[in-house]
Amino acid sequence: MISIEWLISLSAILFTIGLIGVLIRRNAVVVFMCVELMLNAVNLSLVAFSAYHGDIAGQILVFFSLSVAAAEAVVGLAIIIAIFRNNLSVDIGDINLLRF
Amino acid sequence: MEIYAFIVLSVLAIGSALGMILNKNTVNSALFLVLHLISLAGVYLLLKAQFLAIVQIIVYAGAIMVLFLFVIMLLNVADEKSLLDRFRVGYFLAFLLGVAVLGQIVYSVAGVAGILPSISPEMEQIGTVEAVGDVLFTEYLMPFEMTAILLTAAVVGALMVAQFKSGKATHS
Repeated sequence: MISIEWLISLSAILFTIGLIGVLIRRNAVVVFMCVELMLNAVNLSLVAFSAYHGDIAGQILVFFSLSVAAAEAVVGLAIIIAIFRNNLSVDIGDINLLRF
Repeated sequence: MEIYAFIVLSVLAIGSALGMILNKNTVNSALFLVLHLISLAGVYLLLKAQFLAIVQIIVYAGAIMVLFLFVIMLLNVADEKSLLDRFRVGYFLAFLLGVAVLGQIVYSVAGVAGILPSISPEMEQIGTVEAVGDVLFTEYLMPFEMTAILLTAAVVGALMVAQFKSGKATHS
């Protein structure tokens, strides 16, 4: 059986990769994909804790997290399309209307 | 055996995640993310969460990634300039911040490593569709219905934001 520390370490590494991706990428769609990556990393640690406790509640939480991720992806991509239509760019450096 | 499967799957997951954030082509990034999600589904299978593994493939690798690919091809954005062709201070800061976050997580987990649970004897039974559905439709019925409202609101909101209005400026 896999030790739980391995699973949490994998989850932490994936979360960190997602975080670095959010910080270094300029394309808004890829930034969204990195956010999905971070959500998945947290889901992995929830499933690991659920399996090791023998408690199903963690998996139910992952189920809800999946549906929230789906809703977030839909709304986020709609916002990206709206910005692209007004701005003709998805580069997050070009989206500076609210910058002071 | 499980250890080897876990090592292969986690190397695949980390490698495809790195490939995703370092690839300059957006479509290739999306396909790397699909590979990442499928390898995570394999890890879920190792943890006896069959239902979540299937849902992960159907919902994430199926529905959400199709949505991403549609948007990428609809927007038809050019490739980014390669991330690695020149050094930027921002990349270094991002890397430092990532290392700091990783160190923080590992430190906090190592602090409680002694009290983490051992293998649960009843973990063979959990994770099947029957077990998940049994709990989901009794104890967690109210959050489940709230999820339905959330998804409806997301679809309506996305339509409102993204629909094309000819002749006048769009909402944004």
